[in-house]
Amino acid sequence: MRTLIEQQTEVALQATDLRVATALGKEILHGVSFTLQRGRMLALVGESGSGKTTAGLACLGYFRTGLKHVGGTVELSDGTDLLALTDAGRRGLRGGSISYVPQDPALSLNPAMRIGTQIMEVLRVHGYGASEQARRNRLAEVLTDVGLPNDAAYQRRWPHELSGGQQQRVGIAMAFAFRPEVMVMDEPTTGLDVTTQALVLQTIHQLVTTHAVAGLYITHDLAVVSEVADEVAVMLAGRIVEQGRSDQVLHDPQHAYTRKLLNAVPDLAGRHHIGEVEAVTGAMPIVSRERAASARVATPVVAEPTSLLSVADLRLSYGTNAVLNGIDFELGRGESLMLLGESGSGKTTAARCIAGLNDTYTGSVSLAGTTLQPGTRQRSAEERHRIQYVFQSPMSSLNPRRTIGESVEVPLHMSGTFSRKERRALVLEALDQVQLAASFIDRRPGQLSGGERQRAAIARALVNAPSVLVCDEVTSALDVSVQASIIDLLRTLQVETGMAMVFVTHNIALARHLSQRLAVLHAGRIVDIGPTDDVLENPQHSYTRELLTHVPTL
Amino acid sequence: MTTIDTATEAIAVPPGLLRRIIRQRQAKIGLVLTGIVVLVAVVGPLLLPWLTGYTSTEFAGRPFQPDGVFGTDNLGRDILSRFLGGGLTLLVFAALATALGMVLGTAAGMLAAYQGGALDGIIMRGNDVLLALPQLVFALLAITVLGPQGWVVVLVIGITHAPRIARVTRSAASAVITEDFIRASEMYAVPRWKILLKDVLPNITGPLMVELGLRMTYSIAAIASLSFLGLGMQPPTADWGLMINENRIALTVQPWGVILPVLAIAILTVGSNLITDAVARASATVEENK
Repeated sequence: MRTLIEQQTEVALQATDLRVATALGKEILHGVSFTLQRGRMLALVGESGSGKTTAGLACLGYFRTGLKHVGGTVELSDGTDLLALTDAGRRGLRGGSISYVPQDPALSLNPAMRIGTQIMEVLRVHGYGASEQARRNRLAEVLTDVGLPNDAAYQRRWPHELSGGQQQRVGIAMAFAFRPEVMVMDEPTTGLDVTTQALVLQTIHQLVTTHAVAGLYITHDLAVVSEVADEVAVMLAGRIVEQGRSDQVLHDPQHAYTRKLLNAVPDLAGRHHIGEVEAVTGAMPIVSRERAASARVATPVVAEPTSLLSVADLRLSYGTNAVLNGIDFELGRGESLMLLGESGSGKTTAARCIAGLNDTYTGSVSLAGTTLQPGTRQRSAEERHRIQYVFQSPMSSLNPRRTIGESVEVPLHMSGTFSRKERRALVLEALDQVQLAASFIDRRPGQLSGGERQRAAIARALVNAPSVLVCDEVTSALDVSVQASIIDLLRTLQVETGMAMVFVTHNIALARHLSQRLAVLHAGRIVDIGPTDDVLENPQHSYTRELLTHVPTL
Repeated sequence: MTTIDTATEAIAVPPGLLRRIIRQRQAKIGLVLTGIVVLVAVVGPLLLPWLTGYTSTEFAGRPFQPDGVFGTDNLGRDILSRFLGGGLTLLVFAALATALGMVLGTAAGMLAAYQGGALDGIIMRGNDVLLALPQLVFALLAITVLGPQGWVVVLVIGITHAPRIARVTRSAASAVITEDFIRASEMYAVPRWKILLKDVLPNITGPLMVELGLRMTYSIAAIASLSFLGLGMQPPTADWGLMINENRIALTVQPWGVILPVLAIAILTVGSNLITDAVARASATVEENK
């Protein structure tokens, strides 16, 4: 197989010195060149704003509104320059010889069209085969190729009847239906769970290698790159800073930026520190493997036996759909617990119940021995202060029309005991804790980057000096290097303030970087709980074991 | 914190809403047109006897004669004086009616969106009932019952605007209410009225501004129509709507009595519509930037 591919290796698409600028003339892609070869996958890696999607879409001859092509060529295998074609000419190629898999399958499939019809549409538009029967056969074939059932009943399903992974496969099937030479994939697995992601990546890899398609895989996730790509191009601010075979780039990076990026990727083994501080909390060091190994022998697992937060038999259902099926756990003072689960496992719901944002649960949440009322409005001010919650998306959790200072002081306002001056002093202190300069106090969220916004949101949670901080997927919307700095910040804060933390995430790779204990949530139940190392090395439940095998690693 | 420093790009601050509005040519034209009419309506009454020699109700001579600049009206009053004196009440009443409608509609819409459930149902179905009645018919009914006073006109026009404004507010607010910063305020037990006022309202000003402009235009038209029908301003008050009605019988002989107020109302409506469109476009770009 290998030799076959190497013989076949030929250029399918060659982008040379691509330059793209905004309508106002600001260049955002400064001469990007890359080559896509049949049967091989090139990963275009970069953080948000690096221009990776812009470069990927240029391969389809498409530029987003407000962007224009100002230089460079995209040559296809037959020597035509795609960018010299008219709009109509480009449209003829899209979906035919060059196809695209968008990021979010749920948004890109027409919800009012059966999936079979949607795939058939591609074939009809481009005039595949001689007859309707030929197209039908191709439809059945392509569904098998992407690992979906191809019977008539399945073809008649609606997009909403499929899971996220299946929807993405349908998206891939649409892109692959006309046997394209080039497939551009824009973060096709970002929204998927690790288990699903592993399967979709496998499908993509198979398609590319067995059908000699040239693949361009746009992503920010370096761990995924190592699974799927043959070559890697690392982008920074509109330039490719490093390009080469993927094992070479990932294991022997030459450019400083690539090294920094790789260092920021959390790894399951916890071999390196993401961020800068090597934090030690309680009796157990997090992160450092060697230290952890010695500490594990020497100290008991739970840092302090006194439990601060205890959750007992937490249940919640929406109608007949049970989201939480009885969750129990204890959290000690200064301890950090990771609540790990895939989407739909109920992890966010559980976190919100603890914070009092969901007040329809049964069971109990108690703080230092007192059982809390379900809703925040029924809890006392003191209780509200002691449990703080940080939201997933910093884009949505700060009011865009308020300054950072105004947002951060809301909790202080509500406690009502501080004067204007005191509030400002406390806000400044909180901003300082999250390493934001004092000048941020009068800025608005629109002027801040994602990482800075998340820091501001954390500052709002810290301003009342909580004893439990509940972090709901706080890094999932952020770039990997920003994620590293936020994780670093949370570790530092935990050491400084001695608060306990519940860290909700789907990213198992963060476990050793952050938590002393790990709870694995599946279908509204905790299936595995214990010290992080124990759970990762000796998982008790089959689900945890399955999860661990699917984690992409560098 | 080296990681952040490099990752942070200076994010360009988009120009403020006001500047984006004024940048558009339509907005400039609209502002000039509206400005002229508002100026005439506001300054006119102040200059009256001094500029034309007559107050707006004083008899200047025989009816429908070409005396003075624009001649006399059906009772022999100076048309220019009537015109200069007749705009202010219209504008003030229209502004009051619009303001009333905005307050009622915004409050009802935000409340419906935020509370949801039964209250949402009650408010919005109540809205539908009001919407089922044509605005002018409702106004005619109320004025017939309560008499043609100024406050009745303002109240009626304001109330009939409210359901339409409530609809727009509700849909704009329900998008904002799903945002996490509302959850955050709830988590800190911020009083609900404060959440509506400080978190929801500032984030829906775009569509509300558009609605404000639109309803202002409609108010002007509705009040002028009521006056024309004899149910708004009562003679001998000088009023543009009333002037059109009084003088239309002599349109061929002495057209100025109709043309001046018609022109003023038309310019005002077109002008305020242009501004409204500009506001709509400007606030739409905000959504894109977000």
